[in-house]
Amino acid sequence: MADSAVPAADLLPQKFADWFAQRGWSPRAHQLAMIERAQAGRDALLIAPTGGGKTLAGFLPSLIDLSERPPPNGPSSLHTLYISPLKALAVDVERNLGAPIAQMGLPITAESRTGDTGLSRRQRQRVKPPEILLTTPEQLALLCAWEGARLYFETLECVILDEIHTLHASKRGDLLALDLARIAQFAPRMRRVGLSATVDDPEVIKAWMADHSPTKAGGGGNDSIDLVRGPAGAEPVVEILLSEGQVPWAGHTAQHAMQEVYDVITRSRTALVFVNTRFQAEFAFQELWRLNEDALPIALHHGSLAAEQRRKVEAAMARGELRAVVCTSTLDLGIDWGDVDLVIQLASPKGASRMVQRIGRANHRLDEPSRALFVPANRFEMLECQAAREAIAENKLDGDPPRVGALDVLAQHVMGCACSEPFDLLALYDEVRSAGPYRDLIWEDFEQVVDFVSTGGYALKTYDKFRRIVKGPDGLWRVRNLETAQRHRLNVGAIVSPAMLAVRIAMRGGRGGRKIGEIEEGMVEMLEPGETFVFAGQVWRLAAVTNLDVLVQPAPSADPKMPSWGGSKFALSTYLAKRVRQLMVDQAHWQVLPADVREWLEAQRDRSMIPGEDEMLLETFARGHRQFIVCYPFEGRLAHTTLAMLLTRRLERMGRGPLGFVCNDYALAVWAIKPLDQVDFAELFAEDMLGDDLESWLADSFMMKRAFKGAAIIAGLIERRFPGQQQKTGRQITFSTDLIYDTLRRHQPDHLLLRCARDDAATGLVDVARLGAMLARIKGRIRHSPLEHLSPFSVPILLEIGKERSPGHAGETMILKEAEEDLIAEALQ
Amino acid sequence: MNALAQKPFVYDYANAACGSLRTRVGAAEAMLRASGALWLAAERALVVADLHLEKGSAYAARGQMLPPYDTRETLRRLAAEVEAVSPAVVILLGDTFHDRKSEDRLAADDAERLRSLARDRTLIWVVGNHDADGPRALPGETADELELAGLTLRHEPRAGLQPGEVSGHLHPAAKVKATGGSVRRRCFITDAERLILPAFGAYAGGLNVMDQAFAGLFARPPLTGALGIGRVHAVGWRSLAGD
Repeated sequence: MADSAVPAADLLPQKFADWFAQRGWSPRAHQLAMIERAQAGRDALLIAPTGGGKTLAGFLPSLIDLSERPPPNGPSSLHTLYISPLKALAVDVERNLGAPIAQMGLPITAESRTGDTGLSRRQRQRVKPPEILLTTPEQLALLCAWEGARLYFETLECVILDEIHTLHASKRGDLLALDLARIAQFAPRMRRVGLSATVDDPEVIKAWMADHSPTKAGGGGNDSIDLVRGPAGAEPVVEILLSEGQVPWAGHTAQHAMQEVYDVITRSRTALVFVNTRFQAEFAFQELWRLNEDALPIALHHGSLAAEQRRKVEAAMARGELRAVVCTSTLDLGIDWGDVDLVIQLASPKGASRMVQRIGRANHRLDEPSRALFVPANRFEMLECQAAREAIAENKLDGDPPRVGALDVLAQHVMGCACSEPFDLLALYDEVRSAGPYRDLIWEDFEQVVDFVSTGGYALKTYDKFRRIVKGPDGLWRVRNLETAQRHRLNVGAIVSPAMLAVRIAMRGGRGGRKIGEIEEGMVEMLEPGETFVFAGQVWRLAAVTNLDVLVQPAPSADPKMPSWGGSKFALSTYLAKRVRQLMVDQAHWQVLPADVREWLEAQRDRSMIPGEDEMLLETFARGHRQFIVCYPFEGRLAHTTLAMLLTRRLERMGRGPLGFVCNDYALAVWAIKPLDQVDFAELFAEDMLGDDLESWLADSFMMKRAFKGAAIIAGLIERRFPGQQQKTGRQITFSTDLIYDTLRRHQPDHLLLRCARDDAATGLVDVARLGAMLARIKGRIRHSPLEHLSPFSVPILLEIGKERSPGHAGETMILKEAEEDLIAEALQ
Repeated sequence: MNALAQKPFVYDYANAACGSLRTRVGAAEAMLRASGALWLAAERALVVADLHLEKGSAYAARGQMLPPYDTRETLRRLAAEVEAVSPAVVILLGDTFHDRKSEDRLAADDAERLRSLARDRTLIWVVGNHDADGPRALPGETADELELAGLTLRHEPRAGLQPGEVSGHLHPAAKVKATGGSVRRRCFITDAERLILPAFGAYAGGLNVMDQAFAGLFARPPLTGALGIGRVHAVGWRSLAGD
């Protein structure tokens, strides 16, 4: 169903038709289709690229409905709820919505509510809600956990879910789906409206947002959602920077191409320069300003900068005052900037869908093509950029697999329900299963979650007297007391961020002055006092790290140290990896690549080999005093790291004495003293490594501990915030979750949270599913190439050796041993 | 640090086969065990500090349902140490219980585990700030402090230099930084004059030895013994980092 069969005149009230006419616009087919779906009382999913008037299409039915209904007798009540994945987007939509409301003189109040909204406004919104409330999933979870949530949402007619494609496949998406199911109980008339960018498979999003309760009028499930497609828009024009300099062998900064990037910026109106990490952003910003002889207004935008500074950049951008913004995924979606005419991607895009999103940031007009320039930082990235460019041209996207709702998120939700009103266990079970991610939830798991919420879910029943939720004589479950409810509300949300430290300017007496931004604890650990680094676009000298502050002094003339981790936090998508393998096999295709990259491929072909599309190349050779295995699965750093851990365990057992390993997105290398070319590689890569080997390694790994901490925080075992304590920082957890993990694992290995942690680690942190698919793919297809010397392909991965330390016990013991050796050296001085 | 800090001091230590670090505190030979226990072989005395038994249930009473297994986990580790060295005397160096009501919350089998510690050997409860009264129903002797092997064993370290003191209370932890990562571990800390033990309890956290709480306690840059996997790593002051 695409275009509306009903003429526009019958759908648009005169006032609206006039408004469109006054602006010289005519309503688009998908906007009319959304009005029609609304009038038919249907749930709808609108899929359209950026710039198609998507948000207005979502709101039009509500604006019409609100403008036509008789004035209410009592105080205003909630009519439409809009949920955005970003706080800034909610605020931006509030502003954009204000225009038609004011211009048509509609009697409608529309207000945003985010974590940044002032307390008095938030309190007023609870007592006297606006007709249209624009908020985030976290605020919705909070509203659902308040007493009186039922009354608050009772009048709701419509919920609009924006940018769904960024939310549905995450824990935030799980939480939002549960809250949708909740408010659907309170507001039986509520319609669901989804807005999404172009996706690989709309059915996945339909399943996420649909009401799956069997009692839904007309039947629930995917069929209850009508799909509306917006116009396709012009094909984007994507180019790859074929640098005049050489494409580097390794690295992630694209330093070699900065002059050319700068030149391109000088020829553009406004460019968005996307990078994949904050450090890359700082680096690129620094480099561009070094070259900025024309003093062009070039700004920086990433998640570590103080909110105020980010707002300033956004405002300057909106006013059209900037020529370029170097940014990370913080600008992947949302805010409408008409003036951007070029998107530059520094280093590889890692996935076709993300790239389409980013390219969509350029030129919000549908009839003109968006322009994008890829700047690969190394040779493999050149292949990757080429593959991404071709995928985009063919309109092929990589999809997120549908996910099963996490149980730690469910635990938080159950507690939230108890905080708002007493619940009946069976009724809540049905309600939860009406949410897409939880539609297959089995009763045993649900019961286990409720038991966890109540007493912690332990086999040892010593906490029965301390229940957080209790079953009353009426058979209903309710929260134990007000204080418990209050503490829960302070800890709502499914975002677990790493411990952040405030970066402040050092004042006299070791005190911290003005806050410049926040930085992850792990990044600070790589710096010593006295060392310099770039942050917020300037060079600073680290003065000291106090409890929660990083104290710095400006060091404008210093040459900053570049921290070594340059890799991308995004994994190379499965789809793009496949295309890279295809590109490599097809020699006729190499002509699209620059000469030095082509020569590199030819040298690899002549000296070692180019593997077939479904084969995995494995090379063995000696270098220095080390014997190497280098293999090229092209499955992303995450899956490679897991694979390398498992391979080293196996090699250890085979008596081969592996000494270390290193991984990147394309390859992994393992080395030892003794030769490795006689190893039985079919056995080494046998699929059964994902059985006991994986489990025993995983149980001890730092990834499990990290995943456990996340699950413990989301499920409410560990509290992030306490009453009277407003500072948000991951550091203020009062005890080590690692200690709890170790104890729980020994005494109750089947505990709910250990299960959650294992699932999270297997999907998010170690990518077991991808590894499994890869092992199945290469079974019987390992091409061993025994070499005298290193191969051209192996150079990038060998260059990474020494830059990273292998994580986990082995790495930790190494650190302690080195410290011991320092002590011995000190004693012998 | 006083003037002693100016001239280099060479610590007398060695790694033992069992993973322990053998060193001297005052005139006594001390085995710093990988579990965090101190073994005084000459007296056949095993010393552990800050067990914080029933910390989990203390949190649960306030609505935070930490796993209720901390007491049995701590006692399991202690039993393993007793098994390994067959001590004549076991000394609990204070804060054995997390709070004054902990003993009442003890599960029956955990209480039995504690009673069995006192069988065929002397069990001494040095009291701490969390458990100032000592045990009510459990066996063992209660003491404010204890003289043994020329050492003074007490819960809380006294301010200033205290030659011959062995204490706990501060839960020392050492952090070592390296390129690409850092490690934070519970640790022993000594200047060869006094020794502070790491916390032994399963849920007891650690305080970085760079914290102000440790200032002025040592005659020279102290030596730490960081608890690694199955062994204690001797780490010098120079290699340590703050949090």
